[in-house]
Amino acid sequence: MALLQISEPGEAAAPHQHHLAAGIDLGTTNSLVASVRSGVAETLQDPDGEHILPSVVQYHGDGESPTVGLSARNAAVGDPLNTLASIKRIMGKSVDELKGIGGQYPYSFIETGSSVPRIETAAGLVSPIEVSAEILRNLGERAVETLGGDLEGVVITVPAYFDDAQRQATKDAAKLAGLNVLRLLNEPTAAAVAYGLDSQPEGIHAIYDFGGGTFDISILRLTRGVFEVLSTGGDAMLGGDDMDHQLVEWMRGQIGGEDEVSPSLLKYLLTEARLAKEALTEAEAVELQLQYGDYPGWQGSLTREQFNRLVDPIVQRSMRIVRRALRDAGVERDDVAEIVLVGGSTRVPLVRESIETFFARPPLQGIDPERVVSLGAAIQADILVGNNSDGDLLLLDVTPLSLGLEIMGGMTEVVIPRNTTIPVARAQEFTTFKDGQTAMSIQVVQGEREMVADNRSLARFELRGIPPMVAGAARIRVTFQVDADGLLSVAAQEENSGVQAEIEVRPSYGLSDGEVEGMLKDSYRFAEADRDARMLREQQVEAERTVVAMEAALQHDGDELLSAEERTQLEQLISCLRATAAKDDARAIEQLIEKTNRDSEFYAARRMDRSVHDALSGKSVDEIGEGE
Amino acid sequence: MAITMTPAAAERVKSFLKNRGRGVGLRLGVKTSGCSGMAYLLEFVDQIEEEDQVFESDGIKVIVDPKSMVYLDGTELDYGKEGLNEGFKFNNPNVKNSCGCGESFNV
Repeated sequence: MALLQISEPGEAAAPHQHHLAAGIDLGTTNSLVASVRSGVAETLQDPDGEHILPSVVQYHGDGESPTVGLSARNAAVGDPLNTLASIKRIMGKSVDELKGIGGQYPYSFIETGSSVPRIETAAGLVSPIEVSAEILRNLGERAVETLGGDLEGVVITVPAYFDDAQRQATKDAAKLAGLNVLRLLNEPTAAAVAYGLDSQPEGIHAIYDFGGGTFDISILRLTRGVFEVLSTGGDAMLGGDDMDHQLVEWMRGQIGGEDEVSPSLLKYLLTEARLAKEALTEAEAVELQLQYGDYPGWQGSLTREQFNRLVDPIVQRSMRIVRRALRDAGVERDDVAEIVLVGGSTRVPLVRESIETFFARPPLQGIDPERVVSLGAAIQADILVGNNSDGDLLLLDVTPLSLGLEIMGGMTEVVIPRNTTIPVARAQEFTTFKDGQTAMSIQVVQGEREMVADNRSLARFELRGIPPMVAGAARIRVTFQVDADGLLSVAAQEENSGVQAEIEVRPSYGLSDGEVEGMLKDSYRFAEADRDARMLREQQVEAERTVVAMEAALQHDGDELLSAEERTQLEQLISCLRATAAKDDARAIEQLIEKTNRDSEFYAARRMDRSVHDALSGKSVDEIGEGE
Repeated sequence: MAITMTPAAAERVKSFLKNRGRGVGLRLGVKTSGCSGMAYLLEFVDQIEEEDQVFESDGIKVIVDPKSMVYLDGTELDYGKEGLNEGFKFNNPNVKNSCGCGESFNV
């Protein structure tokens, strides 16, 4: 006997045609799967009744399939090299990028021919995508068993700052796990959906996501049922774990004794710290009894007030990031209608109090902050497979960094500014630099800096077959398009001839939010230097263009139109301009370009007369009249 | 005869309706199609139609249209678990045979 669920009026599916869908929160530490059944979004549990699946995969030798979840996490201490955790942090990263952060992981990274890093395990080499696929497969199977049928598709949540490479890697992992991705959804947007904020007419909402190891803040705006991410901010190295460490420091101060602590004692203290932290969400004080092996013990109490003083710096760090995100979004704190809490660390009372003080209103409560993201994803998945025609909400996300291309002189021309809502398509026209130029190299870059060298190169392609024309006559339209999943494609077309070329950017590199943050900070810090560098390069490019044009003209008709003396004078100007352009005084170059233009005006006038004369010579007055 | 609900089913329907925030009851119905003739239908009801028959079971309105009534009379709606899966079951005395999965049936 099949088990049935209640449908919305008029939307009961035909037998064997149920639209089953699930939402997956693929987290750094923990993952969850949820689904809408009989109109209610619920997280799905495994046969042991556990909702949360630790994002840990243990690989085994001799063909045994990998273990995922709690038992893998418990095996981590005994089998560190084959037990892979926190893989989300290296999703979409290249081998080069891992050199910086790979040291934090105990695994043995192997460089292979490809740019995707591999990790050596008992089951052979595995990529981060394959590891994530194991987690997704586990959750997918749980959903199939619980819902009693194959999934039509899933919505997987990703951090709002995830770039193209990280989003693509997540999609690839889902594909590998045999799941059809309906949509990647930003985590903060999912949380807002879970609270039904989308059913309000409009408003600005702040999503405060404080997890175990990371902090993220997102400012969303809802207008006429459309969600738009105004800004995001965060710190990949700030979380509840920091509170635990702070507490451990304090405990060690109480115990006294040696400066060095063995790893096993540290582990014991961390566990005690976490338990104390959790107890203090309800209690005003906890009694601590610390005793481990032969180490000196300690007994005493810890009040919530003491605890608050210890972790206050951590909470204040998050609030500073909140302020910056508000500034980025261009909104005042009074504009924020609702604050949504995500992540286990938001259970700490001080976090809630700080938020309430800052925004002068209490944050939304009621949904488990650890499950809220997966519930929102489930609701969105349910809508996308067509189970709920009421919920036609459209979710918009933003580009974390500006996207643009390189123009002459190594400068960046931004086509899609940072924080632009996606999906988006923007086109801009460019032209050729030299006479008879038949090809153009298009370098796609990401970042906020003025010079390409300071930004991140995503791809490069060439537009060939441009018909020979004078410099500046070609009209090359370059279109940047970012789809709903945040993937970029760039197309270039010469409008006169129709020749075109395009590229889909599936970059093998990724950026962490820390790096995105770093690039942003650099763009502020170097703003002045960048402006100067850009002005200099602009003048240098202009000087180069003038030199090229003058030389071409001289070669063409210099002998006919100029006396020897005039010609020498102009040639001197050109070489002077060339020499000045090689130096770094933008003002001097600009003045010299002006002088060159002024001093060569007579030559330009003669050339003009000459071409008019050429055009008119040999024609009757009638013919000229007809031509007009 | 009538249509009834087990206490387990009634409790679930109550909580689903509360969660949904609107709706006057639960519609039981059958529609043609499926691999074995007829298929069950289970929907929230926002509006009761004139021809509908309404039963009360544990304080919940169970709504059935007259065409479906002939196939469903005497049915008891139950709620149960099978492994990880859980959902509603139709205990329908009119059924002669059903397809393997039980989602569609013949009378």
